[in-house]
Amino acid sequence: MPTRRRALLVLAVLVGLALLSLLVALAAGSLPVSAGDVLCALSGEKGGLAVDVIRGLRLPRALAAFACGGLLALAGALMQVLLRNPLADPYVLGISGGAAVGALSAMLAGLTLALMNLAAFAGALAAMLLVFGLAHGDSSWTRSRLLLTGVIVAAGCGAVVALILSISPDDGLRGMLFWLMGDLGQAISPWPALVVLALGLLVTLPFARELNLLARGDTLAQALGVSVGSVKHGIYLVASMLTAVAVTTAGSIGFIGLVVPHLVRLAMIRLGWGNDQRLLLPASALAGGSLLVLADTLARTVIAPQQLPVGVLTALLGVPVFLFLLGRQPNDRQ
Amino acid sequence: MTASKPAMNAPLLEAAQLAVNIGGHRVCHDLNWRVEAGESWAILGRNGAGKSTLLATLAGLRAQDRGRLSIAGHALPLASQGAGARAMARVRGYLSQHQIDPFASTVMETVLVGRHPHLGRWDWESAEDRRIAGAALNEVDLGGFAEREVQTLSGGERQRLAVAQLLGQEPQLFLLDEPLTHLDLSHQVAVMELFTRRATEGAAIVAVLHDPGFAARYCRQTLLLFGNGEWLAGPADEVITATNMTRLYGHPLRELCADGNRWFVPG
Repeated sequence: MPTRRRALLVLAVLVGLALLSLLVALAAGSLPVSAGDVLCALSGEKGGLAVDVIRGLRLPRALAAFACGGLLALAGALMQVLLRNPLADPYVLGISGGAAVGALSAMLAGLTLALMNLAAFAGALAAMLLVFGLAHGDSSWTRSRLLLTGVIVAAGCGAVVALILSISPDDGLRGMLFWLMGDLGQAISPWPALVVLALGLLVTLPFARELNLLARGDTLAQALGVSVGSVKHGIYLVASMLTAVAVTTAGSIGFIGLVVPHLVRLAMIRLGWGNDQRLLLPASALAGGSLLVLADTLARTVIAPQQLPVGVLTALLGVPVFLFLLGRQPNDRQ
Repeated sequence: MTASKPAMNAPLLEAAQLAVNIGGHRVCHDLNWRVEAGESWAILGRNGAGKSTLLATLAGLRAQDRGRLSIAGHALPLASQGAGARAMARVRGYLSQHQIDPFASTVMETVLVGRHPHLGRWDWESAEDRRIAGAALNEVDLGGFAEREVQTLSGGERQRLAVAQLLGQEPQLFLLDEPLTHLDLSHQVAVMELFTRRATEGAAIVAVLHDPGFAARYCRQTLLLFGNGEWLAGPADEVITATNMTRLYGHPLRELCADGNRWFVPG
């Protein structure tokens, strides 16, 4: 595991990269802007059209992208520990399915964007409580039962989503598809997501060492003094809330939640630092945020003026990068 | 564990009228038993008698069905849950029968996990923790393995790593569920010796074992679980007899003596 100094150093570098990605997002776009415009926009001085575009459009969108990427990566890292399964992602327990049912129902009913977000959040919460209640059952809360319940609820939500898509009029389909793939164009304000991300880090970091133990099994964790039941419930609730907020802000953006914690873990293992959540959680949040900012910048510039849903780009870029890193990892089991 | 101050000379482990059941099977009933500092206990019984279930109950990892159970004067299972769990982990250590490694990790990291109960919420492992972990690795003959990936270890090496993790935890009461699993003979002897050395230094050990000969040789006391809820506890010399072993395992066993050690072979 890393020493505290090294961990802080890594985090400082990642903060630098995050700021850099935000600057790129502010500068890139169909309207060319100068570095001076960017500085002017950030310092709050009055400026021309470019400054207004940066301050009014690009900055909120870039911040929303950062917050959503951070939320998804942090939630993914937590789910992987909770389910003790490196294949888990924030959506595996049906949160995004519930949100999709809520959002698409609202779109079908022709509600406003704000009401749609509300419906998405309500759907996510409903799925979370449903899975929690069903998996809890007679108070025995095993991993396989939680995972199965989540997968089944997600499948049910998938069916409802398919139903809504098939009965909705053609002109609404495009918006629904963009929502399902994840799109930051629909983000209203970045602040709720940013605040929740900060809160999420604040409540999970004090328990990071407990999570390290939990990743090694419930019995070991309990024998070494972790109060396993409450920590597990806590992670489930926090990870679900983070996911619900991310999905409400920008739809179900795929891949970030699964791959970013993995990439960070792969890098840490190569450095001989193992699977230490004290570094993994904040590093995943920062890396996930930066990655989504860059992906969203690409999504709105690659074939400008047309915009791509960012979820398509995260997958298109993420898959080869991940396969490359996985292939280069020495297979220790042999 | 601040709520009730333990009596100064409370035994490390005390069971009174303890009843433990699992899946409708009686592990023990009316168990009255004390483990004092310096004692070394073996728990013997046939497969499915409930040895591991009893040990997990003694560790506070599952609740007893009836009766009182306490570790160093703190009533279980309450004292091993919630806020008291960390303080409890500084007193009793538990070696599980199975070790799992879903995520990659180095040997040193895995040993350092045992230091958790000694670290505050914001503490990181200090040089002193690393020294303790290194010493524990040396003790189980894994001295040069610190940077090895855990998932590349053999079964016996992984078992010794779990022992090192427990040594790093520095508890006073060692609850060992089949500590000799996967170990070759020389390491079986070495591990039993290092635990009995802990007992002579003032700790106590309770070990689930499968070989009555090892139990007779390394443990001074023995608890037999007959599989129907009945039990027998006492000095190993008196409890581990050919008659008792034959009844315990449901198979005729003969006692052989060599160099002052007693061994039991199927008759």
